[in-house]
Amino acid sequence: MDLITKPWPWYVAGPLIGLVVPALLIIGNKTFGISSSLRHICAACIPANISFFKYDWKKESWNLFFVAGIVLGGFIAAQFLSANHEVEINPQTHALLQQQGVKDFNGLLPKDIFSFDELLTLRGFVFMVIGGFLVGFGTRYAGGCTSGHAIMGISNLQWPSLVATCCFMAGGFIMTWFILPYLLHL
Amino acid sequence: MRNIKYLFAGLLFGIVLVKSEVISWFRIQEMFRLQSFHMYGIIGSAIIVGIISVMIIKRFKIKTLSGEPIAIPNKKFNWGNVYGGLIFGLGWAITGACPGPLFAQIGSGFLVTSVTLLSAILGTWVYGLLREKLPH
Repeated sequence: MDLITKPWPWYVAGPLIGLVVPALLIIGNKTFGISSSLRHICAACIPANISFFKYDWKKESWNLFFVAGIVLGGFIAAQFLSANHEVEINPQTHALLQQQGVKDFNGLLPKDIFSFDELLTLRGFVFMVIGGFLVGFGTRYAGGCTSGHAIMGISNLQWPSLVATCCFMAGGFIMTWFILPYLLHL
Repeated sequence: MRNIKYLFAGLLFGIVLVKSEVISWFRIQEMFRLQSFHMYGIIGSAIIVGIISVMIIKRFKIKTLSGEPIAIPNKKFNWGNVYGGLIFGLGWAITGACPGPLFAQIGSGFLVTSVTLLSAILGTWVYGLLREKLPH
């Protein structure tokens, strides 16, 4: 039981995530990809006569079931399969983040940045609202996210997915090294 | 009801995301600061398992449970892969979450992430609105 409640090492989690690719293909000829669900939600709720959202999203509803499953899985893992603990990150990262103004290291996310109270502060607004916007806009513009491009696309040896993945990483490096230190001090 | 199997697959995937701390903002920080192998190990081994699985499926012409031949659409390059990829990367490092983990964070009790998710949905919508005007 201890093995389950402790955080899982990469060599257990990574292969399990990789197996989602053949699992979805075999159970229903579906290609792994999560950001599409955001498009389907737009198509279902606010299509607003935009041609990009005029398609039969109901045919893609499996994807919405899949993401609903992720929410449920997150709940089960947090409620029943976890012992409360701090994420054991590299002490160097810890020290650097502390220096840059992060105070709360108790959970999976720093609660001094990600909370409803912080939403009304400039910093909270940037981290949650602007950050979320960039994720949604960028993934759709790129035609996929970490699952659709980095895992599914590369698994199928698609070079555009490799290009996209390199750009995800490049964007992340630029933000982390050059912009985030300022954002954390907002 | 035929969609229930996808709910179940998502559920298992969500458990793995939480248990491996992929949904942790701190893990993403470590990754982009090159101070930990954890995330690289996860994404790298997932890709290796994915590549081998797809090769096996193609080589042995494995069919779906209902007997259909498996078809994986190819990804066609457009410059959106680059521009959009960079924009997503910027957002990923701020929120500490790509779309999958956003859903898992909400489930694991960080309800405030639903604001981030709504904003991501809005971002997708604005992309749809501006699509014709953006370079691809």
